[in-house]
Amino acid sequence: MGAGHAHALYVHEHSPVHRLAPHVKIVAAFVFVFAVAVTPREAVWAFGIDLVAIATVIRIARVPYRFVLLRMAVILPFLVAALLLPLVASGPQVVVFGVGLATEGLWGAWNVVAKAGIGSATSITLAATTEVPRLLRGLDRLRVPPVLTQIATFMVRYLEVVAGELSRQRTAMVARGHDPRWLWQVRPIAASLGTVFVRSYERGERVHAAMLARGYERTMPVLEPVVRVEADWWRASLLPALGVTLAVVALVVTP
Amino acid sequence: MHAPDGFLTAGTALATGVIATGGVAVALRRSGEELSDKQVPLAGLAAAFVFAGQMVNFPVAAGTTGHLLGGALAAVLLGPSVGALVVTVVVVVQALVFADGGLTALGYNTLNMALVTAFGGWAVFRLGRRLLPATRTGVVIAAAVAAFASVVLSAVAFSIEWLLGASAAVPFDRVFGAMVGVHVLIGVGEAIITGLVVGSVLATRADLVRGAADLTVTAPGTRRGIRPVLVVGILAALVVAAGVAQFAVSDPDGLERVAEDEGFAGAAEPHAFESALFADYATAGVASESVSLAIAGISGTLLTLVVGSGILLAVRRRPEQPDADRRTTSVV
Repeated sequence: MGAGHAHALYVHEHSPVHRLAPHVKIVAAFVFVFAVAVTPREAVWAFGIDLVAIATVIRIARVPYRFVLLRMAVILPFLVAALLLPLVASGPQVVVFGVGLATEGLWGAWNVVAKAGIGSATSITLAATTEVPRLLRGLDRLRVPPVLTQIATFMVRYLEVVAGELSRQRTAMVARGHDPRWLWQVRPIAASLGTVFVRSYERGERVHAAMLARGYERTMPVLEPVVRVEADWWRASLLPALGVTLAVVALVVTP
Repeated sequence: MHAPDGFLTAGTALATGVIATGGVAVALRRSGEELSDKQVPLAGLAAAFVFAGQMVNFPVAAGTTGHLLGGALAAVLLGPSVGALVVTVVVVVQALVFADGGLTALGYNTLNMALVTAFGGWAVFRLGRRLLPATRTGVVIAAAVAAFASVVLSAVAFSIEWLLGASAAVPFDRVFGAMVGVHVLIGVGEAIITGLVVGSVLATRADLVRGAADLTVTAPGTRRGIRPVLVVGILAALVVAAGVAQFAVSDPDGLERVAEDEGFAGAAEPHAFESALFADYATAGVASESVSLAIAGISGTLLTLVVGSGILLAVRRRPEQPDADRRTTSVV
């Protein structure tokens, strides 16, 4: 119990967004992000409204904007790649500060920035307002094959254990003067990975034995009662409904 | 490689989602009997291992670092189906729990990072095993070559997806060149790490390496001393990975593969439709001039990809039964 609380991005709060049933939230997030992805890039106004909408949800969820922005750093490499698009794309160009930028590429860059930005803000909000076990249970309720959700459950449970083992190996290596600079010095790192794999596997065997001893019968017990969630569906549908409406309007309006 | 939302068109996202779901379904069915009970916690721990392994940085040159992707490693250690499932779970959890990779990008992210690497890597691994001597060193080198190929195949897959559903009109050959060029370098690191990891697991518990299940007795004597031969072996296997896999297409050894190809072709159908639907995206611009030349290259690489899955399915059936027996006896 003392280890392995893989909270990841979760922000502990009590908000209407936190209280939504997890499977409802997952569906809402997917539909919204997909609607954003379908929205034609020329409809800049639609992305503006989408952004305001997701920002409102983040506010309601009482997740700090700073937190969301910092976590959005994961898309930075792709944004950099996107910003290169105007330089490498083909087609007509505009000249800005003496540099020829392809208009097609500029639109492409905007497209990635807008959609990746809103998309990642949405998935960060989902992760920030839903604890990992509830997220996995939500997947269960969405009929994701139980084998997958169970693997995911075990993975999340033991992720920090395994990561901790790797970092202890690393500490031990550093304590013995290990300071690799080149690719041909990776042998100890690989060996530690191999060791940790064997330990993980053996731990898996012990975990299974322990589960059997406690009466495991191929399904995980559900500790949280199933509650009626009609109201949740209505509440959660606000965001995706807005996104879909915007996408449809934008598709119709944009030539 | 965790692409965000909007990097490829929505149509591509949908189509790759369908293909990826199909691939995961195949993996689920194939691994059904193994995973029924005991293997679920094991697969979970293996997933945690792959996830944690991706966080380990290794040095590349002068202080720059890279990290493992792990698709081929998982396939060699756990078998292609369980390996694919494990990496799929890693990718999905990274998207849902860690917001790493877009939600609508899950289709192509899963396809490129889990299915192509595990299945493609496994196909190359089997090929390598067949060409190399049945020793530990042979397994290690086959694993390394498979890891290299898996990374490159993944980049090729992404390039093809870009051709079919780019969000901007960057010529295919440029994307292809950049992606594959970079990933050839990444692949070298992946190959070395994967080979060494497999080697160290073989040294302690060889029974855990699924891809070496046929090496019943480990032979410590054959570990060193044949380096030059093996270097030639690596080169040969690399050439094979790039070239000979394509020949294999014209020589299908079963109805399965044809069905599989058809399946893929069927799954690709909605794609054309989608790109027509989103024709105001850059797709039209991309499919104009320089592509004609590239098409030749793509069809080849696309074939390699399909063959990757195809070979896997053809090859995998044979060692299945004895493996399952061995596994239970060795574990209990």
